[in-house]
Amino acid sequence: MLTLLWTDMAVFALVIGGMLAIWRISKKKHLREPWSEVFNRPMGAISFTVILAFLLIGLLDSTRLRYHDVLPNGEVNEHASLLSVLDIMLTPLRLQTEKTYSKPFAHTAYAKEMSTDAEGVTRWLYPRLTHGGAHLANPSVDKKSDIFVKTIQGLGYGFLAWAVLFLMIKFLSKRTEVFQSKALKYSLLTTLGIFCLVGVFATLGPYYHILGTDKVGEDVLYQTIKSIRTGLVIGALTTIVMLPIAITLGLMAGFFRGWVDDVIQYLYTTLSSIPGVLLIAATILMAQVYMANNPELFTTVEDRADMRLLLLCVILGMTSWTGLCRLLRAETLKIREMEYVVASRALGVERLTVLKRHVLPNVMHLVMITIVLDFSGLVLAEAVLSYINIGVDPSTYSWGNMINTSRLEMAREPIVWWPLTAAFVFMFTLVLAANLFADAVRDAFDPRSL
Amino acid sequence: MINYIIRRLLYVFPVLLGVNVLTFVLFFVVNSPDDMARMQLGDKHVTQAAIDNWKQQRGYDLPLLWNGTETGVQHISKTIFFEKSVGLFVFDFGLSDSGRDILADISQRMWPSLAIAIPSLIFGVLANITFALLLLFYRGSALEISGLFLCITLMSISGLFYIIIGQYFIGKLLVLTPISGYSPGLGAFKFILLPVFIGVVSGLGTGVRWYRTLFLEEAAKDYVKTAKAKGLSDLQVLFKHVLKNAMIPILTGIVVILPLLFMGSLITESFFGIPGLGSYTIDAINRQDFAIVRSMVFLGSFLYIIGLLMTDISYTLVDPRVRLE
Repeated sequence: MLTLLWTDMAVFALVIGGMLAIWRISKKKHLREPWSEVFNRPMGAISFTVILAFLLIGLLDSTRLRYHDVLPNGEVNEHASLLSVLDIMLTPLRLQTEKTYSKPFAHTAYAKEMSTDAEGVTRWLYPRLTHGGAHLANPSVDKKSDIFVKTIQGLGYGFLAWAVLFLMIKFLSKRTEVFQSKALKYSLLTTLGIFCLVGVFATLGPYYHILGTDKVGEDVLYQTIKSIRTGLVIGALTTIVMLPIAITLGLMAGFFRGWVDDVIQYLYTTLSSIPGVLLIAATILMAQVYMANNPELFTTVEDRADMRLLLLCVILGMTSWTGLCRLLRAETLKIREMEYVVASRALGVERLTVLKRHVLPNVMHLVMITIVLDFSGLVLAEAVLSYINIGVDPSTYSWGNMINTSRLEMAREPIVWWPLTAAFVFMFTLVLAANLFADAVRDAFDPRSL
Repeated sequence: MINYIIRRLLYVFPVLLGVNVLTFVLFFVVNSPDDMARMQLGDKHVTQAAIDNWKQQRGYDLPLLWNGTETGVQHISKTIFFEKSVGLFVFDFGLSDSGRDILADISQRMWPSLAIAIPSLIFGVLANITFALLLLFYRGSALEISGLFLCITLMSISGLFYIIIGQYFIGKLLVLTPISGYSPGLGAFKFILLPVFIGVVSGLGTGVRWYRTLFLEEAAKDYVKTAKAKGLSDLQVLFKHVLKNAMIPILTGIVVILPLLFMGSLITESFFGIPGLGSYTIDAINRQDFAIVRSMVFLGSFLYIIGLLMTDISYTLVDPRVRLE
């Protein structure tokens, strides 16, 4: 049974909205032009493909079901838990937990303990892991070759899946010209890389902990994949909260001038004068007290964590609209003096219609650039906020929470480096792709860019 | 000019009042002082007497916005909002929820914050300008492209990683500097080295790109072409014309953040165990000490507005064409 949380619904609303926007853009030539310029740059096409892969994971992770798990011993868990489609796809990673830390690709635990070895003698040794490399009889000899074979297999599967996609597109491209662009070449090459990576992870994942396990023995790869959704939600939903406020107030201030302008200017000066982190901290603190006092409203941990994530997006949106609002106000001030606006006013067109028909389309490039530029900043902000405990709920998987815990792990002897590395690699990939894409968008849309 | 400054200073009041109302609503209306008392006293089973006592000690036993039991002006003045706000406007922050004098804490803790923030700013700006000029000088070459790519890469790394990795390699493996800590006086030098270095490196990506845009904008102007046509070398044009003129936006950009340096950096200070205002704020957030958070919000907004005002004034100082009216 499909059960969606609040943020899931917001994500789906966002996806539908995005598709509508794409459909509209593809209909109009003057809107299509700059976008095709974005995608025809190698960096634009590559970074967009990477972002798309992340988006797909986030979307799979937002489709939630009540699901009865099949436990490793073959029994069906009678308590249905709320799982996303991604959780179900990653069942081996999710359920194959160890006792505590283990290194990437390890077959033994990270610390010695008293345990019984193969001959039945109790000794002080590194115990074998329950799942990692458990299929090997003699891991110290076979492991390397086994990993090698499985990697090759994974690459093969990845390539096969890609080849199918490639042939499909080849077939389609005979009919539609959309598929004959330069963008597709870069995009397909990136897809090949992603498919191979996914193939390798899929073949190795059930047998090894590719990125090790954390303190409670949970697979780090699973954690970092689950964190993708949190990062995306923060980056995307915040924008959706902020856009309507920024656009409405910015256009109104610039277009109507007078007291409207004064009030709006006062509003954004006040808001932006409050240190953002403190405002967020204050609101999250308040929300915590509120949730503690009204436990009946939030019955499950998921509900509570989801509410907090949504709240965080709303607050981030409330604090971040001022920048775009100021930009839009300045731009509107310029546009309202343009001849075509003056002419349409003289012809007796309603003021709101002028705003909608003549002003708004001419500031859209600013909005577009801000959306993509803000995205990566918000993903990074999540990590910082979670670090000072005012970000997402500690029970939510997020890169911020992973980094937060890994701070202590870095001080351990011997050092536990893999959770931090995993969070770093995934977060870095997403943010880098977003930044490169933002650059491509800015270059294509900003008339002033050099 | 004087008129303008006075008018702007008067504008500070409504903004600060707005900030105050907003924080007040956030802190007191959503949660009653009773909730806060319960949270501070820790236990779910505290007696009402203990709560009343806690509220009375901190002046939270008054009505929020309107006191019906008093007469005349006291309808408004004998309320939590009035009593807590008036103090803020004369920088009398009162006592924290744990009973310490906030103003004394702030005046003591701002020095370590400044000790980190000022060198970070100076070296950061110098490094950013140097690299941005280098990129500009080698414009169109492979060096520029790789430099720009490096900038994006540096930008895409979370600030937390810089700190964690820096502490690990420089502090733990190479043992060049202490990992964290602080000591007053000259002994602070070895403690601020690492935070300042990491602060400069983590700001490099964004900073270099920002300064590069400023320089590029300047370099596209006609007088640069004229200067080149006269036969000046690229280096001379870069330093004598482009850099000099780009200093206007650079300086005003720095002036706006100067007052905020007092606030310190939340993340850096808490990672390096520096007893500045940033870590003070974080501790207050974690201990849920609302009096401190409110004071810091007020102080931060005040400094921000002062920064804006200083920017306007500095414009007239560095660019004689600008007149404030």
